[in-house]
Amino acid sequence: MMLGNRQPSEAEGNLLQDSGNSKPSLLVSGVIKMALRELSSLERFLGLKKPNKYSTQGGKKVPVLQNNNGPALIGLVTIASHLVHEAKRAELLGDSAEQRAVVQQWIEHRITRLDNCSKEEVKVILKELNQYLEDKVYLAGNIFTLADILMYYGIHHIVVELAILEKERYLNVTRWFDHIQHYPGIRHHLPPVVVLRNRVYPSGHH
Amino acid sequence: MKLYISEGNPHCIKALAVLELTGVKCDIEVISHEEKVVPHLSRPVSPVLLLPSGQHLFSPNSICQYLYDVSGQALTDATRQWLEWEATNLQPAVLQSLHMVALQGKRVEAAAVMKEPLNWLEQSLSKRSTAFLTAEVMSVADVVLWAALFPLLSDTSLKPADDECVMSVEEVEAAAQVWADGLRARSAVIERKHPILPQEGKRNVLLTSALPYVNNVPHLGNIIGCVLSADVFARYGRLRGWNLLFVCGTDEYGTATENKAREEGLTPQEICDKYHTIHASIYQWFQIDFDFFGRTTTERQTEIAQDIFWRLHERGFLLEDTVEQLRCESCQRFLADRFVEGVCPHCHYPEARGDQCDKCGRLINAVELRSPQCKVCKETPVIRSSKHLFLDLPKLEGELEQWLEKSISSGDWTANARHITRSWLRDGLKPRCITRDLRWGTPVPHQDFKEKVFYVWFDAPIGYLSITANYTDQWEKWWKNPQQVELYNFMAKDNVPFHSVVFPCSLLGAQDNYTLVNNLIATEYLNYEDTKFSKSRGVGVFGDMAKDTGIPSDVWRFYLLFLRPEAQDSAFSWADMAIKNNSELLNNLGNFINRAGMFVSKFFDGCVPEMLLNDDDKRLIAQVCWELKQYITLLDKVRIRDALKCILNISRHGNQYMQVNEPWKKIKGGDDDRRRAGTVTGVCVNVACLLSAVLEPYMPTVSHTIRAQLQAPPTCASAQLQGSGSFVCTLAAGHRIGTVSPLFQKLENEQIEALRKRFGGQQPEEECVEAKTQSSSSASVETKPGASQQNLNTDPERVKHLTSLVAEQGDKVRALKAQKVEKSVIVEEVAKLLELKKQLSLAEGKTPEPAAQKGKKK
Repeated sequence: MMLGNRQPSEAEGNLLQDSGNSKPSLLVSGVIKMALRELSSLERFLGLKKPNKYSTQGGKKVPVLQNNNGPALIGLVTIASHLVHEAKRAELLGDSAEQRAVVQQWIEHRITRLDNCSKEEVKVILKELNQYLEDKVYLAGNIFTLADILMYYGIHHIVVELAILEKERYLNVTRWFDHIQHYPGIRHHLPPVVVLRNRVYPSGHH
Repeated sequence: MKLYISEGNPHCIKALAVLELTGVKCDIEVISHEEKVVPHLSRPVSPVLLLPSGQHLFSPNSICQYLYDVSGQALTDATRQWLEWEATNLQPAVLQSLHMVALQGKRVEAAAVMKEPLNWLEQSLSKRSTAFLTAEVMSVADVVLWAALFPLLSDTSLKPADDECVMSVEEVEAAAQVWADGLRARSAVIERKHPILPQEGKRNVLLTSALPYVNNVPHLGNIIGCVLSADVFARYGRLRGWNLLFVCGTDEYGTATENKAREEGLTPQEICDKYHTIHASIYQWFQIDFDFFGRTTTERQTEIAQDIFWRLHERGFLLEDTVEQLRCESCQRFLADRFVEGVCPHCHYPEARGDQCDKCGRLINAVELRSPQCKVCKETPVIRSSKHLFLDLPKLEGELEQWLEKSISSGDWTANARHITRSWLRDGLKPRCITRDLRWGTPVPHQDFKEKVFYVWFDAPIGYLSITANYTDQWEKWWKNPQQVELYNFMAKDNVPFHSVVFPCSLLGAQDNYTLVNNLIATEYLNYEDTKFSKSRGVGVFGDMAKDTGIPSDVWRFYLLFLRPEAQDSAFSWADMAIKNNSELLNNLGNFINRAGMFVSKFFDGCVPEMLLNDDDKRLIAQVCWELKQYITLLDKVRIRDALKCILNISRHGNQYMQVNEPWKKIKGGDDDRRRAGTVTGVCVNVACLLSAVLEPYMPTVSHTIRAQLQAPPTCASAQLQGSGSFVCTLAAGHRIGTVSPLFQKLENEQIEALRKRFGGQQPEEECVEAKTQSSSSASVETKPGASQQNLNTDPERVKHLTSLVAEQGDKVRALKAQKVEKSVIVEEVAKLLELKKQLSLAEGKTPEPAAQKGKKK
């Protein structure tokens, strides 16, 4: 994997308009950048030719997509799902009612629990996810979906910070994460996280 | 496929509603809150849908989405957007708001939290052209949003702050139309004719308040806890035209009476006679309008109690068992728990009582006491076994639970009543002894138990029936008539289990078609300043002293009802009483009513002027009408304290309206201005008349004074409180009013300070008045030792120092909260902050606000 060897896309230049308050705090602007970068990366993954213009709304800086064909779309999940449809890749939302619900559930999990969670909460989320992934390749089972993409984007800043010991503790999460970051066309705006293939610490230490 | 739900969890509403709407076939299993269904989650959650593939859906929205999806309606951009908004914006606000309402009783704050999401929804809906959120038909988005809002919006008391009550043009016009209809064709005043009996086709309401224990003078907490609350509701019900009977009386049997008799050197009967009169006169002073105030030591009590006993006996609901008891040979009697003292078996405290040790607080079985002593003669009692009868509660448990489920779901039970009842059932019922080795009680008619009487808890609630029987021979029309009669029980929370579990079991077991409680209204406790009422320490105001304060009965009623401990304990405070009297009664209510009347007298010769309503007037009428409807909704649900706020809001609206329109200036202007002054004055005096109606349950004397001053027609109160409430022009143009005079007096600081000292208690810590279960006592269980003595002199340095500490600690807490630090850490820091604030207000010479209670204690 190459490090930091990426040209900013032409889309990114248009991305960071904030139609709301003129001076967002550092933290908030970080979050916006994240959400908007995510959408841009997703567009590129989906192979959408024409990058969209986004703005944000309200104190939480929720992304907004002005849509020519109808009312504006608001919210990361809504916009991301819309893009998937636009790219005619509906299978990324699941190809059965069950899968669709599971995909939606994980995306909702990402925006309601993972985003803005406390340090303590992070441990619980990782532990739960680790157990969930014990017998799964992807979040929705055996197929790669939008849930994997958005969870990967959302959890990246946490996994980056994990010590080797912790990565081994959350072995299934790390495996899944590594898998997704190597999935063609996903990583884009995020730096890769180094994952060791061999255990450093003996297993069953905790 | 299987849906797991748990009781009382608002998220489950969504899943159940969608299941019903889509008609998808699915098993439902109710699980406990502790049960974990989803293997990978560390905390138990519900609802959970187990999919055919073995996967679990644990997000309520995904469950709804799935159920719609399998019935052919997959998500669209629009529905997905609403689900996302619900999960990220609405749901967090709803949860916070519910938490505030249910656990902290903060209704106003809870409504504020909902403002932003509700405004957003309102805006989106107003822009919409379709019948439902996303289309002409209902979608998953509608159900999810409806279910999320249901727990909050079904609670009618949660409303946005008053000034933001937005009314549509139609609503305003409709209110103006009703107003213009006036009093014509409205019901006449119904006179009360005794005996009141249930009538076909009427709403027949039987209302009881817990029977006060005779041997003590009731304190303010007792009064607000039962008789006063019940009285407000009774008066309200009568105004609403219900066929209502309100009975109460003194509970006279038991050890405590025998004890008191011995203390005062009288016979138990003499004690009862003496104190019954004291009680009756106190309630009369407080204007408690019983239809009948009786007592439990009557022939009818014996008849009815013995009848219920025999019926229970015949049906096999009584058990026999022997109990070891202490008997004093020199006094020739078995010693009740409070007649024996000895060394505590746990902590060796030498003066432990027979039921509990005052030092270590542990419950004691009297026979376990070391070196026991008879309290009367100081002799050592002996252990004797004695045969007793027990009510077989476990055998009645199933029937009880069935009945409870029905009663609680169809009637109004306060939250504390439901919780207490549930916790009793959860712990499992045990047989309860119904007999006592005493003389002063209803005799047990059984041959083998000749020397015994019924235990008060069995006997006392039967008092409701026997008191009614003393009121009318046809008492069974009330008490054996659950088809026609709706029963309300008012009490303080310590009385709940006897009314919700034990007494219903007696009646269910007796199998005689008894009327069982439909609505159980329990208050929390009222404290006195920052301590509890104590007769022996002379702390607190007791019923007989209230009239000696020179403060009118109506003002007492108002303040006690204003403080009514509905969701959490509250505290009586003299300073606060003065503030509420001076700000709410004098400046708000009294000022408005008096000015309205004075303008009619002064500017219009005592005749109500002609009223030509413009939009401003109509808007005021609509606002007042809205508050009136709110008042009725709340009082129908026995939310007495909240409804009182509606009254004060009405006069606040009135004051504002008067202030904006300035009739006293306009009257000096040209014809148009004078007409305007006339309209405004006319509308105001009619609002004053409505106030007299809504005040009647709370302040009957003031209410009648207002009506007399305005010469208002006698039907004006009942007419405006019918149905969902209608504010009408009761004083038409040309109506002549009487002489207007001020309604309230200012409470001066010196006067209040003197009263505070007088009732503050002279002696230091001593034994406190006990909250006896059957006494409907509202004394608080906790005391903060020495708290009442902490009246330090104000020290400016200390105040300054503490102020800066409070500010510092406040910043720290905010910072921690912003960082979302672990909850326990925050709780600890908040506790420090509260302690500092308390010290600060003490140093400032103020009474510290009682800390809001989080969570429910049992």
